[in-house]
Amino acid sequence: MTQIIWDGLFVGSFYALIALGYSMVYGIIKLLNFAHGDIYMLGAFIGFVMLTSMGGLPGALGIGALLVVLLVSMALTGGAGVLIERFAYRPLRKAPRLAVLITAVGVSFTLQYGVSAIMGSNPRSYPVRLEGDVFDVLGARISLPQVLLMAIAAILMISLNTYIQKTSTGRAMRSISLDMKGSLLMGINVNSVITRTFFIGSALAGAAGVMSGAYYGKIDFMMGFLIGLKAFTAAVIGGIGNIQGAMLGGLVLGLLEAFGASVFGGEWRDVFSFVVLILFLTLRPTGILGERVTERV
Amino acid sequence: MTMLEFDNVEVYYGKVQALRGLSLHVDEGEIVALLGNNGAGKTTTLSTASALVKVGSGKLTFDGNDISRANPWDVVGAGLIHVPEGRRIFSTLSVLENLQLGGFLVKDRGVVAKRIEHVFALLPLLFERRAQQGGTLSGGEQQMLAIGRGLIAGPKMLMLDEPSMGLAPLIVNQVMDVIREIREEGTTVLLVEQNARAALRVTDRAYVIESGVTTVEGQASDLLNDPRIIDAYLGA
Repeated sequence: MTQIIWDGLFVGSFYALIALGYSMVYGIIKLLNFAHGDIYMLGAFIGFVMLTSMGGLPGALGIGALLVVLLVSMALTGGAGVLIERFAYRPLRKAPRLAVLITAVGVSFTLQYGVSAIMGSNPRSYPVRLEGDVFDVLGARISLPQVLLMAIAAILMISLNTYIQKTSTGRAMRSISLDMKGSLLMGINVNSVITRTFFIGSALAGAAGVMSGAYYGKIDFMMGFLIGLKAFTAAVIGGIGNIQGAMLGGLVLGLLEAFGASVFGGEWRDVFSFVVLILFLTLRPTGILGERVTERV
Repeated sequence: MTMLEFDNVEVYYGKVQALRGLSLHVDEGEIVALLGNNGAGKTTTLSTASALVKVGSGKLTFDGNDISRANPWDVVGAGLIHVPEGRRIFSTLSVLENLQLGGFLVKDRGVVAKRIEHVFALLPLLFERRAQQGGTLSGGEQQMLAIGRGLIAGPKMLMLDEPSMGLAPLIVNQVMDVIREIREEGTTVLLVEQNARAALRVTDRAYVIESGVTTVEGQASDLLNDPRIIDAYLGA
């Protein structure tokens, strides 16, 4: 039982990191960025190239070097997100939503087959494999790398939440997601705030990509597809557009999957999560944390 | 000195022309009303000044600078603040956060804090509700918040779009009192109103706008007795 909860939370924290970018982008420009999962894939490959060129991790520097790789990959995937917004989505800001959605699918294919063309379509094994002591907590087997990765995910999410709740730019992000015209009248340069949103969301996905590469050891150009859909599911469960909802949704989805897999068998894992998605879209499309305010006119 | 000037400004929404060579000016320290019926172009006039809507032809100047091609954030930075129709309060943000957003371009946080205190002094009710979500305020409270938020930017000039809309007569009077106080503190005001009687009571001068051009201009006290205005906007 504790094992299932732990596994669920571990996988869920990856979902949460990626769901954040989904939800932030949806919140601010009402776009389902279907290319977001591929940014995760891109992050994994950027980390792969860097680690390969370093010849793996020099033993003594181990974790420190991995953190540097993680930060550089985040900066690069963040930059990629900014470029995608600038050249693919911004020209369509006033176009019908469907046009932008189709563009996002196009960007997704571009990233997938771009990486496949450069890096080959066969799976690659990561030059680093995080391994460490396994210890027993209340009957669950927990490994040191798991603890490390969850700690990184938690730090990233807590910093993001503080940024959104406490800073002036974070307030502007929230105000734009409520009312873009009203935000313009506050003197907010909407373009630069949207750029920042894409940077942060993509950097988080890139971080998740490197972390999953280093943990699971295998990457391929299609790895972002399924996890992108899972992250979308997580964002919907939490209430899409809601930052805290995305984090909660990721963890909830991870737990549901872990329980679903243990009851119905591992091969039903994905079916189970998409059934959950359909149930939420039908019964509670605003998610767990969506629509909290009662508006008086 | 002229604060805001429209010189023969034309504005189009696609093929529909909303302003047809509109000219008007507001002098420093003045409080001017813009009257007119639905669809006459009052809101378009304000939205053009705040750069939400692009100028088709003609020239728009604020505080000596041409702002015909400016971005909305440049206009706010220059000190021209537009308090929009329907108030546009950020509903899930707190009252305090709404006010803080009003000072988005003000670099010095101390200045923002001081101005927020000033707004709380002017509108004590907002202080009581500072932690509440903006969307939970009543219409009149939201209007006060929208005006207060406009003041945090430290405006040279405030443009108010229908602040009396949907408010009870007693509340309308309170709003007009606040507008009068703002003017007394030295801020220039352009007030768009359908409630011509309330507007003419607090303003120095007024324009009437019809189908995208100004048709009448005069001192507020004269317009209150002008038969054309009485028939069209004040009722018999």
